[in-house]
Amino acid sequence: MSSDVSAAARPAGRGTGAPRTAGRGGGTARPGGPSLGARLRRVPLLVWVFLLVPVAVELFWVFWPAANSFSLSLTRWDGISPAEPVGLANFADLAQDPIFRTALTNNALWVLGFGVLSVVGGLALAVALNRPGRGVGFYRSAIYLPMVVSMAVTGLFWRVMYQPGGPVNAGLEAVGLGSLTRQWLADPDVALAAILVAAVWRQVGYIMVLYLAGLKGCDATLEEAAAVDGASAWQRFWHIVMPQLRGVNTVVFAVTVIDSLRTFDIVWAMTRGGPYNTTQLLSTYMFQQAFTSGNLGYASAIAVVIFVLAIGFIITYLARQARAEEQS
Amino acid sequence: MSATTLTPGTAATPQQWRKPRRARSPWLHVVMVPLTLLWLSPVVYVALIAFRSFDDIAARGLAALPASFTLDGFATAFSGGGLVRALGNSIAVTAAAVLASLALSSWAAYALSRFAIPGRKTILLAMLAGNLLPPQILLVPVARISESLGIADTLFALVAVQVGFGIGFYTFVLHGFMRGLPEELFEAARLDGAGAGRIYWRIVLPLSRPAMAALAALATTWIFNDLIWALTVLRSESKFPITAALLNLMGGYSSAWNVIAAASLVAAVPTAIVFFLFQKQFVSGLLVGSNK
Repeated sequence: MSSDVSAAARPAGRGTGAPRTAGRGGGTARPGGPSLGARLRRVPLLVWVFLLVPVAVELFWVFWPAANSFSLSLTRWDGISPAEPVGLANFADLAQDPIFRTALTNNALWVLGFGVLSVVGGLALAVALNRPGRGVGFYRSAIYLPMVVSMAVTGLFWRVMYQPGGPVNAGLEAVGLGSLTRQWLADPDVALAAILVAAVWRQVGYIMVLYLAGLKGCDATLEEAAAVDGASAWQRFWHIVMPQLRGVNTVVFAVTVIDSLRTFDIVWAMTRGGPYNTTQLLSTYMFQQAFTSGNLGYASAIAVVIFVLAIGFIITYLARQARAEEQS
Repeated sequence: MSATTLTPGTAATPQQWRKPRRARSPWLHVVMVPLTLLWLSPVVYVALIAFRSFDDIAARGLAALPASFTLDGFATAFSGGGLVRALGNSIAVTAAAVLASLALSSWAAYALSRFAIPGRKTILLAMLAGNLLPPQILLVPVARISESLGIADTLFALVAVQVGFGIGFYTFVLHGFMRGLPEELFEAARLDGAGAGRIYWRIVLPLSRPAMAALAALATTWIFNDLIWALTVLRSESKFPITAALLNLMGGYSSAWNVIAAASLVAAVPTAIVFFLFQKQFVSGLLVGSNK
């Protein structure tokens, strides 16, 4: 039984103006606990229905399919004839598959590039736009506008930008960097980086929102005291503000890695993994194997690899949420 | 917004009205004005291209400033690209999935936050964990399950999988909110003889409106913007939501950039409207689950 039954519960819906409990009124206790009364009620039948219907929906559409993927990954299956069990052969094949290795490397590069660029960008912008002032609201809106555009549409927007006679090349020529112009999405050397730029363009706003909230929770008097003591702006940021952002950092870190392993839409919209599989990520290769080539068992094996890579970060995120639950 | 006209030159003068602790340096605007313009430039370019004529683009290139103004791109996208139907599919799926998700997850959150359900914390975290799974691990079995249920290639299947996948996160957020509702209200309602169902309908739902609004704004953009689930459960083009239809259109009009730009704008507009109407809810929705 859980132990998080504190009466002074804090709503997680930050800034949504939740009513707060005035105190410990109403007589509260955890079942079996020492205090009097019962905040948690005995469970009427209707409430069991309330709980079990959503749980059943999620079990059916999430946990049951997920379990199926594991067993499918041990088979060879084209979706028509019965699945043929092959043990770990799919995984052995994966180890030998050059495209899978490209996808794995690309995904590692993607996590790094996507994570570093969007976190540095988002954090820098959050610090710059933290204090209210003229224009700040407008700047913030402009930075997080891309977030509402879907990944697929973002991909199309940037396909236009990267066209041979398009704005990116024209812009480079205008500033005297004409030698850098190229067919961004058709050049195996830069295609992945080109997609990454588009993805970061969309992600920075989200990271900025998370850090802005984190900065709001920082104690301003600490920073002022440090300033009085003669600490430089950089020292104040690095030694006073950053340690207070530890919680946000954990969330950003976990969210970024989980998102990176899921990334699919934007690559699918921009290159479908081409040219010559150079922009293949695990998710796109998995999708292609499943729904273009019809190798459902092999695709499931790739999915299992994605799951194994993600699970550590999922647990990190869950552990943090569980701790936040307990504290509140 | 008057701030749009702000330039570095005027930025150094104002500020007295707010009594800043330190004088704000003009460097903020020196950096932010060009950066903001750069940030908005993809949207601006696509918008410019959408209103240009095909001949103008062919003759003067994609990057040139417009020398023509026409709605041809939009007309072609709507007539030839089946954009209206795709938009309708998207709106239908989004509306149904958001409503069903919020209804189901508010039930679960109410049950978990207000009643002595054994192992409720484990249930809550397990539900959240389901939402964090990489969708790839679900794709093949979901496609198979929807086929064996005979609902493959229907919008209903898309709604069902969206609801199933999202429910864990929404429940988690709403649980955090509902737990904070004042116990006195529940006590009073029970004294008046209200049962669990009545309390849910008369107290929990109305009081949870801010959290529900935040989640609704967030879920609307997520579901409207989804591509991978649509590609997984749908086969026929006539059922495609706008994201999937756009990629198809891309194949059909591969060099008609004005058509593609126009269609992309049409796909982006509904979520942009939701964003601007509900900016506050949207941002607070993004923050839930990131509690410091």
